[in-house]
Amino acid sequence: MILEQISGFTHRGAALAMVLVMTASLIGGFSEAAAQIAPDSVEAEPLFTWDPNDPRLELGAGWMDAESAIRGLEQVSEIPRPDGFFNPATPDDGRFSNTDLAFEGQYLYQGNYNGFQIYDLEDPNTPMLALSVVCPGGQGDISVYGDLVFMSAQETRGRLDCGIEGVTDSISAERMRGVRIFDVSDLSNPMQVAAIQSCRGSHTHTLVIDPDDSENVYVYIQGTSSVRPTEELPGCSGGEPDEDPNTALFRIEVVRVPLNAPENAEIVNMPRIFADAETGNIAGLWAGGDHGAGTQDTRRTHQCHDITVYPEIGLAAGACSGNGILLDISDVVNPRRIDEVLDPNFAYWHSATFNNGGTKVVFTDEWGGGGQARCRASDPPTWGANAIFTIENGEMTLGGYYKLPVPQTETENCVAHNGSIIPVPGRDLMVQAWYQGGLSIMDFTDPANAFEVAFFDRGPLSAEALFTGGYWSTYWHNGRIYGAEISRGIDVFRLTPTEHLSQAEIDAAELIQIDQFNAQMQPLTVWPAVVPVARAYLDQLVRGNGILNDRVPDVANILDRAERGTATATQLAQVAAQLDQDATAIRAGTRGGDAERLSTLAEVLRNLGG
Amino acid sequence: MNSKVLLPFYVLSTLAVTSSCMGTPSAPAGTTGTRIIQPGAPGEMAQAFDTAELDAIRGLEYSEADVRFMRGMIPHHGQALDMTAMVPARATTDGFSGLALRMQISQRDEIRLMERWLAEREEKIPATNAHRMMMAGDMALMPGMLNAGQMEQLTSATGREFERLFLEFMIMHHEGALTMVQTLFNSSGAGQESLIFKFASDVDADQTIEILRMRRMLEER
Repeated sequence: MILEQISGFTHRGAALAMVLVMTASLIGGFSEAAAQIAPDSVEAEPLFTWDPNDPRLELGAGWMDAESAIRGLEQVSEIPRPDGFFNPATPDDGRFSNTDLAFEGQYLYQGNYNGFQIYDLEDPNTPMLALSVVCPGGQGDISVYGDLVFMSAQETRGRLDCGIEGVTDSISAERMRGVRIFDVSDLSNPMQVAAIQSCRGSHTHTLVIDPDDSENVYVYIQGTSSVRPTEELPGCSGGEPDEDPNTALFRIEVVRVPLNAPENAEIVNMPRIFADAETGNIAGLWAGGDHGAGTQDTRRTHQCHDITVYPEIGLAAGACSGNGILLDISDVVNPRRIDEVLDPNFAYWHSATFNNGGTKVVFTDEWGGGGQARCRASDPPTWGANAIFTIENGEMTLGGYYKLPVPQTETENCVAHNGSIIPVPGRDLMVQAWYQGGLSIMDFTDPANAFEVAFFDRGPLSAEALFTGGYWSTYWHNGRIYGAEISRGIDVFRLTPTEHLSQAEIDAAELIQIDQFNAQMQPLTVWPAVVPVARAYLDQLVRGNGILNDRVPDVANILDRAERGTATATQLAQVAAQLDQDATAIRAGTRGGDAERLSTLAEVLRNLGG
Repeated sequence: MNSKVLLPFYVLSTLAVTSSCMGTPSAPAGTTGTRIIQPGAPGEMAQAFDTAELDAIRGLEYSEADVRFMRGMIPHHGQALDMTAMVPARATTDGFSGLALRMQISQRDEIRLMERWLAEREEKIPATNAHRMMMAGDMALMPGMLNAGQMEQLTSATGREFERLFLEFMIMHHEGALTMVQTLFNSSGAGQESLIFKFASDVDADQTIEILRMRRMLEER
């Protein structure tokens, strides 16, 4: 059976290969400049170095049977896409791509170009499919708030009634491009309660809460597609700003959703967040183009691909095609730009993730749009990468770059994509999707020296041709990492200890449990004063030579006793006082060490004493 | 080479018709037996989807207009490759080669994408010299394409004169591509399938920006 399949594919493959070879030879014959095109050359010089023993090199290809490599993680399950949400003939049918993930209560929501799925996480290791919802429109970017599920629709086939037949007329009242809102309070009968139509549809969206407004939630719509004709949606036009001041370009839409009447959701603002503060020119940011010889060609800033909000600190980071921007969202309806950055290595500002402290932001560059191989040895390590910025007084400063540290093949689409923070106290860790480059956990505590902590990678879908696939997003939620694989389904992982991450650090991360998680609305993590958290800090101090060797057994012993319930408050306070003394000496310059972490550990010890 | 150049427009189709896609990996088993529902319009109840109709969930397929668009855009891109190939030997201004090289890379990637799209659907793939046959008058030019006289004019120009002509002709050429996208989206039932929608949207976005940039370059001369 398998042999027959292989020979069948080989036969058909040979036919197409001939077509492509002939095509290539014809193009090559007429193209004087063909030889100069570096990105197409597999023999180009490597632009970075990597561990030659990295197990991710030369993994065997396959759809559901590819070889894989893993470090610092354990895979606990692998759930294929359900029936009706894939095309058995090919892994690369864009109508069924898995997209983003969202979490609420015991359920996981998996977006898909064809609708979404609801998985029961009663056993967090093994998502059980509870319901599949057919509602095409792409890209199915998904968020959840209580009983409300929000989903992006951008394609011209999207229908108000979730029909699969598309919309035949080029102007039609049946078409839906924007954000759909579903009520899932009755899981067996989700109901679409609202469909917010927008001029450019919704490529992504961001759920936003206003800490002072418990009656509404808000949605920022990020549209990136073509503008609909005004005949279909009144008020829509897509001209250049000098000729068309009301253009649907150069803005986002803000939707207010009354929680007690979500059917009344409506667009309440369309802020011009790229405007030049002095001239008022709505096209006030990057105009598109390169930044000089040898630099990247950066798209112009007329849209945000994604915005990540951090309500607790009142800030949002916008990855807005040509720029990274910082928004003050203390007034949620009227986001106000307070800073913007450019980067000569960035092609397309795609997504953003804050660290827990709100002092850093990781921007990703989706060079090649996600469908191209951009992690080859010949691709620059600062292109298609993360750029890590520090934030101080509302200003962003470039700290460094991080890219998948091992090359991928020509048939693996690969570039920086979506991820989230792993709540290890005292460190900035992010688990991130790299499409067919797999997932990589990055430590960006020191932005200038970000490094890899753990990884998982599969071989390509095919060794012969590039089929789009791999991880769309990989997110931490309540002790597990959930990976949304475009063409393979959902993977679940747990962290395992390595020299880069201790069991105590993993324990401290796993004890953070939250009810709801939407990656673009970052939650603030506050670690409780418990033994695993103290042990995590101790492990970090030992690893980083931040603590006197003599102190280590004292701290370890008191933590063991605290765990058994035999440490008194006085004893804990004594050890804490020692650590404070050391920190003071370090700050005075009389001794080396990590004063800040010692003080933090001392504080946890005191709080352990009650 | 000559015998290949003279291949009729669709001679490669007999090869393509039976091809699925090279290297297609073997298919997985999905998660079966779970309830599938389809919501209604806002405020309406959801309906259970009969799992016997699983195939129907795949819904709409591509249309004839989609195929026409892809078949037309391949020679359209083919001509752009001929134009950008002239740049290294003829242009002198800094930054000009970079512009041409980027266009060349993206148009070549897109030609591959279009050929694969057609091959996977067992549709005919145009010959790579189809744009020259169009210029020779054997077939109608696609919107914005240079005719034989204009191409000759560009070929014989050098230096700044070449650059000016290149920009003017490439703007015209790109505007033709935007027209083709408009025609696609204005056609009944077209541009609906995910890949076609994404590709046509990308062409629209990328070439709009390139037109703006080329206009700026013309103004700055």
